[in-house]
Amino acid sequence: MASIWEYANPKKFIDTSNRVIPGLWVLALLCLVTGLIWGFFFTPDDYRQGSTVKIFYLHVPSALMAINAWFMMLVASLIWIVRRHHVSALAARAAAPVGMVMTLIALFTGAIWGQPMWGTWWAWDPRLTSFLILFLFYLGYIALWEAIENDDTAADLTAVLCLVGSVFAVLSRYAVNFWNQGLHQGASLSLDAEENVADVFWYPALVTMAGFVLLFVLLVLIRTQTEIRARRMRALLARERMQ
Amino acid sequence: MILQADNLTVTRGGIPVLEGVGFALPPGRALVLRGPNGIGKTTLLRTVAGLQPPLKGTLTGAGERVAYAAHADGQKATLSVEENLRFWASVFGQAEIAPALAAYQLDGLRTRAAGQLSAGQKRRLGLARLMVTARPVWVLDEPTVSLDREAVAMFAEAVRAHLAGGGSALIATHIELGLDGDALDVTPFRARPAAADDFDEVFL
Amino acid sequence: MIALLKRDLALAIRAGGGFGLGLAFFLIVVTLVPFGVGPQSELLARIAPGILWLGALLACLLSLDRILALDWEDGSLDLLATAPLPMEGIVSIKALAHWLTTGLPLVLAAPVFGVLLNLAGPGFFWLTLSLAIGTPALSVIGTFGAALTVGLKRGGLLMSLLVLPLYVPTLIFGAEVARRGAEGMAVETPLMMLAGITLAVIALLPFASAAVLRVNLR
Repeated sequence: MASIWEYANPKKFIDTSNRVIPGLWVLALLCLVTGLIWGFFFTPDDYRQGSTVKIFYLHVPSALMAINAWFMMLVASLIWIVRRHHVSALAARAAAPVGMVMTLIALFTGAIWGQPMWGTWWAWDPRLTSFLILFLFYLGYIALWEAIENDDTAADLTAVLCLVGSVFAVLSRYAVNFWNQGLHQGASLSLDAEENVADVFWYPALVTMAGFVLLFVLLVLIRTQTEIRARRMRALLARERMQ
Repeated sequence: MILQADNLTVTRGGIPVLEGVGFALPPGRALVLRGPNGIGKTTLLRTVAGLQPPLKGTLTGAGERVAYAAHADGQKATLSVEENLRFWASVFGQAEIAPALAAYQLDGLRTRAAGQLSAGQKRRLGLARLMVTARPVWVLDEPTVSLDREAVAMFAEAVRAHLAGGGSALIATHIELGLDGDALDVTPFRARPAAADDFDEVFL
Repeated sequence: MIALLKRDLALAIRAGGGFGLGLAFFLIVVTLVPFGVGPQSELLARIAPGILWLGALLACLLSLDRILALDWEDGSLDLLATAPLPMEGIVSIKALAHWLTTGLPLVLAAPVFGVLLNLAGPGFFWLTLSLAIGTPALSVIGTFGAALTVGLKRGGLLMSLLVLPLYVPTLIFGAEVARRGAEGMAVETPLMMLAGITLAVIALLPFASAAVLRVNLR
């Protein structure tokens, strides 16, 4: 079997991802449309929260992906540091704006949900606060990429920032928990929790989450292709300047 | 110990500028690098000094044996000449700064703040720093910039004394120093760009 | 290493501003807060620990870009990198020098400024203690930020953006110690966390700072 590292070659990566992308489009859209329509129109209203509960089909998956995107960036950064595959560094760069937008969606849908439920758009609740801090981490990471001209330097520095940032993000999460106990409900979805949401809500949520995962992978693939081409272009320009 | 470079490829901004560079610099000898501006002499010297890794090739006898001096002197404007030299001496584990002061005729200026020196005097202070490092291999990037003729003579004399003491020097310069050594024109080592259509992993 | 510390301290004293500027900024923040929130002494007493911590943090931030940028500009960093000092040692000494010239004066001045904000009696001890434990972490984290942005023109703003989120845990636990102390509550847990973060940061972060500094020097 071919090694997975073959895809570290930019040409191979672009060729392969081009073959995968159309299928991903179909699957992602299918899951999103099915899940959201199912969730919005074919589930009963919650007995306490009424129809407002349905924003949950956007809120939970985006929050999930906001964290997973950072995790993916961490893995990609580690691969870059250890194996020096440029595609890996570029994939981390490509994932950051997607993750940031996911964080924003989670924050905004949370505010919209929080207004009728808690009577306020924003509270300094640990989960909300952690997401705000996560947003700041994304902002700093992206700004550092943009600020540095040399691509290899930028890749190295952002990779270290991602590592250090991950530790501090976890630390901040605990600090914030300690700082304010909060009014956010516990995780409403988990495999082992005794008190879980009812199956009628659970299945469409699973479908939308799958849709968000597929959407994330799709966007990261497309953006990585763009980053590879932009990187290639800069390399060609730099080479031309040297002649 | 000989400073030896074999098949060295050095990069600037991620792009190779010189490739296949090889030379050997035994103790007591100087090697003068020549070549047009922008060819990559500074990059080569920074690589030899260990500030950046070579892309390819091997370098032996460098590392902790190298004292590096470039355009920026690393002298603090608010510290006096003596304090600056003493600082660098103690960083390199040395105590003696008198010979360095004498070699560049800085004795009369020892209490002067480095910020109040002329450009040439500053440069002399920067070069005097090499003597307090007690390192055998001097790697110098355009050391004679802003030096007048007498100061260039001081510098050449200091290098000669260094060579006579078993040291060696790798110097990028455009002027003739009258040193006992060889010249290496790096122009032939200019990196040839790879064919534009090969889509390499490292984007070179 | 000692020579480097001595030189940095001498530079900070001679250039002026090293000690004074951060303190003056701290004083201004403390002065401006009552104008913003009103002069009621109960309100000021309640927010005093947080304001003092925030003021110290911002004053610390103000001088971060001087940690490495000056040495970068005049070539000292290149020369230090080729000297027989480990890069980890260099960044640690730089952080220590920054703490001695910025953090320590802030710690010593904080009780005086506490009077201005009507800080409650028992709060003075805990505020000073929490700052003494927490500010070294601010200097070490700040050195990491400075190392990340050292090669950039106008890197100051970017550095603030990178460093401030990393300050969150220290700020939370530090201010919590001061607040609980002022209100006469138990401070052990946040105090331990604060000390733990500072120690971990001092032990580990210099490796990251040295790594990014090496990358920036290439």
